[in-house]
Amino acid sequence: MARYFTEEHEWIDVEGDTATVGITDYAQEQLGDIVFVELPDVGAMVDKGKDAAVVESVKAASDVYAPISGEVTEANPALEEDPALVNTSAEEEGWFFKLTIGDKSELEGLMDAKAYAAFVDEL
Amino acid sequence: MRYLPLTDTDRSAMLDVIGAPDVDALFVDVPPEAQLDGPIHGLPMHASEMAVEKHMRGLSKQNLAAADAPFFLGAGAYRHHVPASVDHIIQRGEFLTAYTPYQPEIAQGTLQMLFEFQSQVARLYGCAVANASMYDGSTACWEAVAMAGRVTKRSRAVLSGALHPHYTEVVKTMAKFTGDTIADARPSIQPKPDNSGLISRIDDETSCVVVQYPDILGRLSDLSEIAEAAHAKGALLIVVNTEPVALGAIKSPGEMGADIVVGEGQSIGVGLQFGGPYLGLFAVRDPKHVRQMPGRLCGETVDADGKRGFVLTLSTREQHIRREKATSNICTNSGLCALAFSVHMTLLGEKGLRQLAAENHRLACLAADKLAAVPGVSVLNDAFFNEFTILFDGDAREIVRELADDRILAGVSLGRLYPDVAEFKGGLLVAVTETTTEEDIETLCSALKEKLT
Repeated sequence: MARYFTEEHEWIDVEGDTATVGITDYAQEQLGDIVFVELPDVGAMVDKGKDAAVVESVKAASDVYAPISGEVTEANPALEEDPALVNTSAEEEGWFFKLTIGDKSELEGLMDAKAYAAFVDEL
Repeated sequence: MRYLPLTDTDRSAMLDVIGAPDVDALFVDVPPEAQLDGPIHGLPMHASEMAVEKHMRGLSKQNLAAADAPFFLGAGAYRHHVPASVDHIIQRGEFLTAYTPYQPEIAQGTLQMLFEFQSQVARLYGCAVANASMYDGSTACWEAVAMAGRVTKRSRAVLSGALHPHYTEVVKTMAKFTGDTIADARPSIQPKPDNSGLISRIDDETSCVVVQYPDILGRLSDLSEIAEAAHAKGALLIVVNTEPVALGAIKSPGEMGADIVVGEGQSIGVGLQFGGPYLGLFAVRDPKHVRQMPGRLCGETVDADGKRGFVLTLSTREQHIRREKATSNICTNSGLCALAFSVHMTLLGEKGLRQLAAENHRLACLAADKLAAVPGVSVLNDAFFNEFTILFDGDAREIVRELADDRILAGVSLGRLYPDVAEFKGGLLVAVTETTTEEDIETLCSALKEKLT
């Protein structure tokens, strides 16, 4: 399994032909207490770089962009009940949605953990 | 804040930056024939304050005001008695001068008032959540159509033919900029609303069905069958009400399955006011739709000491936070009109509202019976609240004008609402409220009798 990161602070785990997407620990910390997450419908097609979900904290509402294009196969049901899961476990239990990988080449250009850590340090 | 007017130097500095030779160059897009080339013709350059007041008083005497004549106008704006105490309370400085309550720590009074207003609207409409008001009924109607699009992710709105034509126009105007398809229709002149005709227009692409209740002709029907038909196709039912007093007598739209209920709140507390400002009401039946609602929402909470308090809530839907992705461009509310509504509603109470509604209906029934007895006049409706449609052989628009010259304001002609539809020529909407006397009704009946014979 490989994990990639975007400059918009999403992470994406790739396993075979499917991927899991969430927001990074850095992102949840910047957002503050998360009160609501709007997830895409299962079956929806998302496009790389286009908004796929919305995360709402006490401070702001932000769009979450699809790191790659694909079809949504699952949305995290736990976030409906407990959106604060994104604060406590952003990069594990607080995942947003899973999708099929339409085009593997879209993964090129995303950062690995080390590059993302360096990117965040620069901010 | 001091007001410092621009100097010529300021002006030329700004013009230099944008590269315009003079201020007139900013108006090149205005067609020359629409531009002023000097003083307005016929407008005197100046007059003394006393002379202006005298002139204006003379002009105002040409008006025939609602309170000065038997008055039967409705069609979306109703004359009701507003107790003097309403105006007294809303003019208290604490309410009148309060700014939008962003800081709950200093705005508890305003917030509590809005919370109570929302609670009253929600109960009146049979809904779970109401917002802290919109601009007016017609814009609230558009906001409901836009919201249904967000909820269903569809963009075809089916409008009942018996929706107020001005509301239809507002929806169509707004839809020009969003690309929504608006399927409207003409009302069918028959005793009952054409529910089956409306239902047959709902398809799999329909985001919402918009129905007025009571409708533009004053008719009433059970909305449940429309709700079921809409839901079966995955569409929402939007119910529009232009006369909130009616809801003191008839079943609430929420109880009949409406998903979004919107309307005009002017009848309660606000008054006719030459046509505005009015008050838009907006509520949703199912709390799951709350995040797609437009406008300001006030919520109840507890403070650090556990005491009851109020805050603006779910603001991330709103424009000042969410920017272009907000649920609506509305980022304010009709605060003072909402306060007037809430104060009047509080003074009435549930019992008072029911009594007021009963009195409106009693007088309307009396008027309908007496008008039906005028030779040549028939009443269209088989059910109504305080407004109904009469039909006669003749041009209602013309007769309304003649009666106004005789100091009787007889109603709103269908010809005025639908100028292009010749067969509506002989239709007249007659509204009767608690301000109408039995003598007013007699006056209208005998005047109409005279005109029609």
